[in-house]
Order: sequence, then C-alpha cells, then structure tokens
Amino acid sequence: MQAASSMISLDNVTKRFGSNEVLKGINLQVQAGEKLVIIGPSGSGKSTLIRLMNGLEEATSGHVSIDGHAMTHRHRAKLNREYSSMVFQQFNLYPHMTVLENLILAPMKLKGVSKEDAVKCAMENLKRVGLEEKANAYPTTLSGGQQQRIAIARALTMKSSIVFFDEPTSALDPEMVKEVLDIMEDLSKDNITMVVVTHEMGFARKVADRMIFCDGGSIVEEGTPEHFFTHPENERTKRFLSKILH
Amino acid sequence: MSTVLSARAWETVWTYRATFVQGLLNTLETAGIALVIALIIGFTLGLFSTSGHKALKAVARVYVEFFQNTPLILQVCFLYYVLAYSGMGLPVIVVGFISLGLYHGAYISEVVRSGIEAVPAGQFDAAHSQGFEYFGMMRYIILPQTVRIILPPMGNQVVSLIKNTSCLYIVGGADLIASTYNFVTGDNTAGAYGPAYLVSGLIFFVICYPLSMLAVRWEARLKKRTAARPATQTTGEEATRDE
Repeated sequence: MQAASSMISLDNVTKRFGSNEVLKGINLQVQAGEKLVIIGPSGSGKSTLIRLMNGLEEATSGHVSIDGHAMTHRHRAKLNREYSSMVFQQFNLYPHMTVLENLILAPMKLKGVSKEDAVKCAMENLKRVGLEEKANAYPTTLSGGQQQRIAIARALTMKSSIVFFDEPTSALDPEMVKEVLDIMEDLSKDNITMVVVTHEMGFARKVADRMIFCDGGSIVEEGTPEHFFTHPENERTKRFLSKILH
Repeated sequence: MSTVLSARAWETVWTYRATFVQGLLNTLETAGIALVIALIIGFTLGLFSTSGHKALKAVARVYVEFFQNTPLILQVCFLYYVLAYSGMGLPVIVVGFISLGLYHGAYISEVVRSGIEAVPAGQFDAAHSQGFEYFGMMRYIILPQTVRIILPPMGNQVVSLIKNTSCLYIVGGADLIASTYNFVTGDNTAGAYGPAYLVSGLIFFVICYPLSMLAVRWEARLKKRTAARPATQTTGEEATRDE
C-alpha cells in the first residue's frame, strides 16, 4: 500500500469555494523526510493545497491523510499536534505574548512539556534563528524578517516531523528574504518533511527533492529541480518559469 | 417652596443626604451584579454567534434581537409584575439586576462578537495549525486579543448599565433615581426638585464620566499600538494571498 507508507497523501482531492473549483482532483504523495516545493501562479490553488494538508481547509471530495490517518476537521487538532507545524506568509505570531511565550505556549498546553523543558528548547531554537536576545520582546516590535524567523523557531519548538511553509517570504521586504531563506535551507538538513509554497526559485533549486507546478487547480508538472530548470516539458510551466526567472 | 433653587431646598437635600448615598449604593450594587450576569451572557452568546454552529448562532441571534428591540422598561415591568401576579414575586433589587443583566447581556454579546471577528483570521489559522482545539484556542489566543479590542465599547456598556438602573424606579426600586423621586415627593421633603435632581445628576456624572474617559483613553492607546505595527504585518494580505 503506497498510501500507507507516505507521510502525506492526497487522493483525488477537490476543493470548491462556492461555485469556484480551486482544486480539481489532486493526487499527491509526500514521503517522510522529503522536501517538496510547490510553485505556480497566483490563484493556481497552491495555497489551498498546502492548507488542506493540515486541515485549515477541508476537502470538498477525496481524501487527505497524514501518516495514514484521515485529516478531517474533527481530527485536525490531534493530527497537527502530533505531526505538523506551519509557517505563514503573514507570520501570525500571537501579538499579546512575548516571543518566548509564543514559542512555549503550544508545547506546554498541548504536549504537556514542562515549562523548564519548553523554555530550554525554545531558547535553543531562538539561538538557531539568531534571535535569542529577542526572547522577551513583543512580536510587533520586530521587523518582518525577524518575525518570520521567530515563527520558524515556534514551529521547531513543537518538534513536528512535518513543517509547512505557505509563501514564507512573500510578505517580506526584499532585504529580509535572504535571512529567512538561509534558515529554511539550514532546516532542510534536518530529517523533517518540508512542504514549501514559494516563488523563490534559488531556494527551490538548492533544497527541493521534488517540485510540483500547479496551474488552474491541477498539478501540471512534477519533477526534480534539475528537470524544472533544464528541460521543463509543459508549455504552461515553461511560460511561468520564463516569467519568474526573467 | 416658591423657588426650586432656594436655599431651603438645598438645605433639605443636605439634611437628607443619606438618602442619596443609599440610592447611589443601591444603584452600584444593582449595576455590579447586573454586569456580572451581562458579562456571562455576553461572552457565552458572543462565542455562540462566532462558533460557526448554526443552532447556536440562531439562539444568540434571537436572544439579541429580542432584547435589543423591546424597551428595557417593558422588560423590567414584565419581570416584576408578571412574576408577582403569578405568585413568584421577586424583590425589586433582584428584578433589577436580572433584567439589566439580561438586557445588557444582549448588547455585550454583540460587542464580544465584533471583538472576536476583529481578530485576524491568521490567528485562528496559527492556533489550528499548532493543534489547539476550540476552547484552548479561544482561551489562550483569541479571547485575550478580543478583550483588548473590546475594552472601549465595554466601558460604554458599563456606563449605560449604570444609567439604566434608573428604569427600576418604575417598579419602585431603591436605586438613585427612585430615591431621588421618593425624596422630591416625600412628606417632609417634597418640592426640592431642582437641587435634588441636580445632585442626583451630578452623582451619576461623577461616576460615569471617568468611566467614559477611561474608555476613550483605552481606544486611543489601542489605535496608537495598531498604528505602530510594522508595515509588513498588514500589507499584502489581498495582494499576495493566493486564492
């Protein structure tokens, strides 16, 4: 059974918002430890695709499963707690809490980690993203790049085996993009599953095991970065890449 | 009592000052207990109407529309007289805090609802993505942010609740307005209308004005804090968001 051995599995998944069919029958398997990069133009459904994987959206038909467990609205809290974290375009740090509180809240309340252990783990991860001195700052006092690095540290402090990134650098000023990408690249050396929606082709080329190109709610092309950057086959893929690579 | 603002009238008010103090205490007691009831109802219904659950939303909607679209005085009278005639009459003060609690609960639930709706969707996403269930999400992430947002309108609710204790005079309450009314129509004190109502109004003002100012100041502080957010936090939501 191929589905059972996959970390993330989408089986003929469709998603509609009203009369708008955003995803049209997606089949996708992501293996444990794989680094998958999803690219595609705005409105192609790529953001919805990644949001289906942790239950932020519910499939209209078809099945999404994580490590063999069906991802439904009813089970998403338990599955997310156990398996995954997400880094968002708009960071979504909790503004009423300090950086450290942002990091330790979920491990303590959801995983029963002691405060001492949670703080220790949080400080290690803040160090890893180079922001340990910001532990007691409030998120809104930080730059976008810093907030996103904190958000990554928050995801790491959950010790999830999957980390989803939904356009993590799209809301950043250009000079802050690199500091975030560098950390993500560093992260990719860990044995975690990464699913990344991004327009950063340099990052994709360096980090991805596999890439998929979405357009019009379907996966149009799939392959290694090597394949995408040297001999993409589909006309739409070629057009998209030629625009984005200049 | 030829002139309502005569020195004698003022003297009478001063002599019977305890009446006004007692009225104020009753008003504050009623308002305090009513506020607790209103907060419980308000938060419960506010959560109902943002739950996404159809039946719960309907319950909140019906409740709110009913209490917002009938006069408070009618609700007070209904509770007092109807219950009295059906043999389970309640003391005026109990009628007072129940009716005010029910009435303001409806308004506060709307304040709470709009406060929850003002928390950005990304906060709910983040909570879900970390694995929070509904109650944990509300308790640790959404409601603490809601409370900050709703402090100013909540201050206004408290002010209006205190003023609305005056409706209890219709059923013979012991609140400040009722006490004032009893005073100006009383055997020994009748006629001192001007000073009595001035004093009564002044007492209301002294209690309510600082509360209103506090609400205004909270609002100003809140606006300043939101404005101080880095631009990257708020830009690009529509422009770059996929789908």
